[in-house]
Amino acid sequence: MSHPSTYEPSNGFSKWLDRRLPVLRLMHGQFIEFPTPRNLNYLWTFGGILSFCLVVQLITGIVLAMHYVPSGDQAFSSIEHIMRDVNWGWLMRYSHAVGGSMFFLAAYIHIARGLYYGSYKDPREILWILGVLIFLLMMAIAFMGYSLPWGQMSFWAVTVITNLFSSFDTIIPGVGSAIVRWIWGGYSVSETTLNRLFSLHYLLPFILVGVVGLHIWALHVVGNNNPTGVEIQSDSDSVPFHPYITMKDAFAMSLFWMIFAWLIFFAPNYLGHSDNYIEANPLQTPPHIVPEWYFLPQYAILRAIPSKLLGVIAMFASILVLFFVSWLDTSKVRSTKYRPIYKWFFWLFIFTCIALGYLGAKPAEGVYLFYARIFTAYYFIHFLVVMPLIGVIERPKPLPNSITEDVLGKGSSPSGGAGKPEAAPAAPENR
Amino acid sequence: MLAVLLTGGHEVRAAGEAPHIERQDWSFAGMFGFYDRGSLQRGYKVYKEVCAACHGLDHAHYRNLSEPGGPEFSKAAVKYLASQYEVRDGPDSEGQMYQRKGRPSDRFVPPYQNEQEARAANSGAWPPDLSLIAKARSIHEETAWYKAPLKILMDIARGYQEGGADYLYALLTGYQDAPEKMSMAEGMTYNKAFPGYQIAMPNPLAEGAVEYTDGTPETVENYARDVTEFLMWVAEPKLEERKRLGFRVLVYLLMLSGLLYFAKKLVWRDLGH
Amino acid sequence: MASDIIDPTRRDFVMIASAAFAGIGGAASLWPLIDQMNPDASAEALASIEVDLEPLGEGQAITVLWRGKPVFIRHRTPEEVSMAKKVDINALPDPEAQNTELPEDAPATDKNRTKEGHEKWLVVVGICTHLGCIPKGQGLTDQKGEYGGWFCPCHGSHYDTSGRIRKGPAPDNLAVPPYKFLNDTKIKIG
Repeated sequence: MSHPSTYEPSNGFSKWLDRRLPVLRLMHGQFIEFPTPRNLNYLWTFGGILSFCLVVQLITGIVLAMHYVPSGDQAFSSIEHIMRDVNWGWLMRYSHAVGGSMFFLAAYIHIARGLYYGSYKDPREILWILGVLIFLLMMAIAFMGYSLPWGQMSFWAVTVITNLFSSFDTIIPGVGSAIVRWIWGGYSVSETTLNRLFSLHYLLPFILVGVVGLHIWALHVVGNNNPTGVEIQSDSDSVPFHPYITMKDAFAMSLFWMIFAWLIFFAPNYLGHSDNYIEANPLQTPPHIVPEWYFLPQYAILRAIPSKLLGVIAMFASILVLFFVSWLDTSKVRSTKYRPIYKWFFWLFIFTCIALGYLGAKPAEGVYLFYARIFTAYYFIHFLVVMPLIGVIERPKPLPNSITEDVLGKGSSPSGGAGKPEAAPAAPENR
Repeated sequence: MLAVLLTGGHEVRAAGEAPHIERQDWSFAGMFGFYDRGSLQRGYKVYKEVCAACHGLDHAHYRNLSEPGGPEFSKAAVKYLASQYEVRDGPDSEGQMYQRKGRPSDRFVPPYQNEQEARAANSGAWPPDLSLIAKARSIHEETAWYKAPLKILMDIARGYQEGGADYLYALLTGYQDAPEKMSMAEGMTYNKAFPGYQIAMPNPLAEGAVEYTDGTPETVENYARDVTEFLMWVAEPKLEERKRLGFRVLVYLLMLSGLLYFAKKLVWRDLGH
Repeated sequence: MASDIIDPTRRDFVMIASAAFAGIGGAASLWPLIDQMNPDASAEALASIEVDLEPLGEGQAITVLWRGKPVFIRHRTPEEVSMAKKVDINALPDPEAQNTELPEDAPATDKNRTKEGHEKWLVVVGICTHLGCIPKGQGLTDQKGEYGGWFCPCHGSHYDTSGRIRKGPAPDNLAVPPYKFLNDTKIKIG
């Protein structure tokens, strides 16, 4: 940020530190005076909530790793040891398991918010791409973490998902199976596989922290988008991050904590599958293998395609297509609020995702398969046809001249002092 | 065309239909749920005298029986009870394994050494370990697609976690004569709650088979309820601690939310927003 | 405009109050994270053990594992007992009994390191007080050191038949764990 800092070191130590490592100045600039659009709604609190989820997963995960034993014989019973004997072990484990679900819940809302308000559009392409990268990493970490309890669902989820790579055999015979053997470290999923999944499940979150750091950095370069999609133009459009956004985030977060706590304490197993309380048995597959709820839409897409290879490609494409959204959307305006036609397609897309989630939990046969194909088709049509096309043919509603005008109504001058907070500094980089 | 597809789908569903199982009222359900000590103690008796002959409790220890939140037998009673079992220990200084009396710190002694022995003794069937059975089973409820989201939210709001218990109760009370047109496989018994309706476990409970000393009627339903409650506790021994702490956490968060709402309002009030 | 602006002291008060209240919750949630590293229920269940002394003949010793530590139990011969009793306490490198059930300054008499009426039994934690090695002397053929008790091979500490340090770098006598006789041939350690 190029605006002049208002940071004043208040005591001897901070003055001493400021000349050597201006870390307090950086924090002050980024988390206290950082100018934030004044019209952000509660959907914008999910960024903070996601950071909280990441911290919870890291802390509970490190604690669980102190007691967990990644061996084929003991993994399952070490989880039970945590649940029964370790002090507060049940709390750590349920927090971590429910925490994974809450992480994805918040991430899906965060992504949907970005899609609705066009937060991926110029100049936020890199910010968005880093977000998709975070999403991919989250999926990998969650998948690996799910294998660790070494229950029936863990074991068979690993078997089924790693077997996806064998579909490459259709392109070059032998390559797919070679990849699968390499992932397994053997000729079937075994303790060897479990050990490497544990190692990576512990490592990748720290890489995730790095990417999240870049994501926040990118955010603080371009500034927040907002419900109007109109950039900050003057001081009155923005509020300093603290106390305005911090207090709003804190309030939203405490509501989120209540849902989180409800699940941990009163429905900790509701989002899990009962079969995962049966120890892994390589000789017996459960009758219905289903992934955790947050992978159900992708799972539905995978099964909707009759060809193994194409199914795998479609599933990965459903995530990878998000990388290109910034260029697929041809609209001149960011926010869907001002897009009368696209609005309908946006909600159709949300319905599609929920429907795919529902179908992913059902057997892939008969009428379920039929609808899974229809919704899979729309999922891709939305990105590849609707987004580019509607942007060209649609006439957006008039945008407000400024954020201030949107909040206080027409006639309020952008520079006017109406509701101007005391300490709001200049807007981010004038461009 | 749609109609054809819908009927087609219905037939598919009917073929793989899971038995319908009723939800029961349990003392451990809901926000203030707790285990009924009497029921846990009776349930332990049913387990010990009926189930333990074939089913182990691998993840439980004898000491658990005297821990808070469980049947809460006295420490002395548990010590005596554990000493009734022979535990394999060793090797001693000569390298030999030996048998000794059980201690409270020991795991429940399993009825079979391994899966192979269990199968050999039960004509090929493997009686599953019961220490997690109340969480490792669930019930399947058919819901129309447009009702599914509401049902999920309602179950979460109620904290519904008793699917396993509902299933166990239905299974233990679900033994009936097989319908005439159904041909039963050799050694199998008809059970209306078991997926596929043919179960290798013969009806384990009969009226009066286990003596209750506290005056509770010795019916199959009571045996099933008590042993289910006991197995739920074995699967989830920290349930009472969890729900008690959860209530406090929620009260705290409610107060915190109120405070933060007030603080947020005060901060934003001078903005005209 | 001024009338719209809330009194900053009231605003600050509410913000500080909510921060403090959130801080209490944060601090409380730290406790499970700390307490989870304490010994768990399965370790606590083994915190006390019972040992049957019946098979132990005179002159024999056994080592039992108590809380992950070796505990030496020796059935001492009358000569060993009288040797242990004859020692001049003031000449010992460590004149304190090192018995957790007695005051810290209790003298290191053999009486203070055994149980009354069961003087032939010596029960000590078998960890050299120098740097934590396990001293030799339990086996019949083991080297028992110059004072007939135990000898630590790591740095050459000699313990007598009451487990007291007599020679070598170890600073303290072998510790006496908390234990009691349930009957004449059975003790409970811990």
